[in-house]
Amino acid sequence: MSINATLLIQIVAFVLLIWFVNKVLWGPISKLMEERQKRIADGLSAAEKGKRELEMAEKRAKEVLKDAKEQAQNIIGQAEKRANEIVDDAKTKAQEEAERVRAGAQAELAQEVAAAREQLRTEVASLAAAGAGQILAREIDAKAHQDILDRLVKQI
Amino acid sequence: MGTVEYIQHHLANNAVGEGFWTFHLDTIFVSVALAMLIVFVAARLGKRLEAGVPSGFQNGVEGVLDFVGGQVRDTFPGKNALIAPLALTIFLWVWLMNFMDLIPVDLIPLLAQMVTGNPDLHLKIVPTTDLNTSMAMALSVFGLILFYNIKVKGLWGFTKMFLFHPFGKFFIPFNVVMTLIEEVSKPLSLGLRLFGNMFAGELVFLLIALIGGTLAVGVGALFWAPLQALLDLGWLIFHVLVITLQSFIFMVLTIVYLGMAHTEMDDH
Repeated sequence: MSINATLLIQIVAFVLLIWFVNKVLWGPISKLMEERQKRIADGLSAAEKGKRELEMAEKRAKEVLKDAKEQAQNIIGQAEKRANEIVDDAKTKAQEEAERVRAGAQAELAQEVAAAREQLRTEVASLAAAGAGQILAREIDAKAHQDILDRLVKQI
Repeated sequence: MGTVEYIQHHLANNAVGEGFWTFHLDTIFVSVALAMLIVFVAARLGKRLEAGVPSGFQNGVEGVLDFVGGQVRDTFPGKNALIAPLALTIFLWVWLMNFMDLIPVDLIPLLAQMVTGNPDLHLKIVPTTDLNTSMAMALSVFGLILFYNIKVKGLWGFTKMFLFHPFGKFFIPFNVVMTLIEEVSKPLSLGLRLFGNMFAGELVFLLIALIGGTLAVGVGALFWAPLQALLDLGWLIFHVLVITLQSFIFMVLTIVYLGMAHTEMDDH
């Protein structure tokens, strides 16, 4: 159990074994493990990215939906307002028209009444005058009593 | 066979050659066979690697690699593509060689003696109980420490480390001695720690084996054989931790020493 030439052979064997281990064991497997690590890391980051994108898309979809709802609400509101306006408009116009028709009828009526009254007055006056003339033909000078007759006509 | 002979027989390597040029055939054979096992299994695994979800064995190997890589990342400053494979090699090889310790001490030698027909065959199957193996790795690491010290700090920086460390410029001779001890103690502590632990562990296994082997004669065997089994089991379970811990310590210290070699010294 003393140091001898076995030492040299063991050194050579050791060095060769290091070379072999590097060549067939450490080299390939550590490379493999590194690649796998990288792939796993890539996969994880891709999943993370996908998740983030999905979240963003959901958020965007919600916003779009909210916008659409608001717009629909607006449109409905406007339509209701417009309908109310139209109905109000129609009401006003109808009222005006009715008013106008009524006013026209009233005016016509009044005119006719006035005309009839005028005619009646004239006729009564002339009738009265004629009557009175006939009655008083002899006693009353038509000319002299013209002013009385006029006053009479006016009073009727 | 007496107790002393039994232990000596077990602790002697199957050697050929004289003086320095002695080769421990068992050490070389077992360690190289285990090295080839690593390469073979790794190469087979490499052919059917799954990039997606790893299955069974590949998952285990990836776990070990991840563990070693984590140790390197945690302790080693800067980048050096050599450190992680080196640490992995040390961890796997030392662990496998240590694992030979858990095979019953007499099993493999007995089989070898039966196969070869030589009852006196020496076979020590734990390469890390041979100082040559642990020192071979320790010295290789020491070589790398020196290389990276000079490469990173420059020759002048390396010299400065000896001259002005740890006590500044007024203690230069003292500093040289201190740094020299510090540096030389690195391979020694690495190699001797592993060797000592494994050697002692093997010795305890041998002593436990002796309980049944030499003390149990006749009726006494009824007591001694269960005791041996119990002690063997206990030491076995404990030793699983020891062999793992020792390979881990060797690996971590290698990373730490090389990390120190890569660190610039602050000027005193």
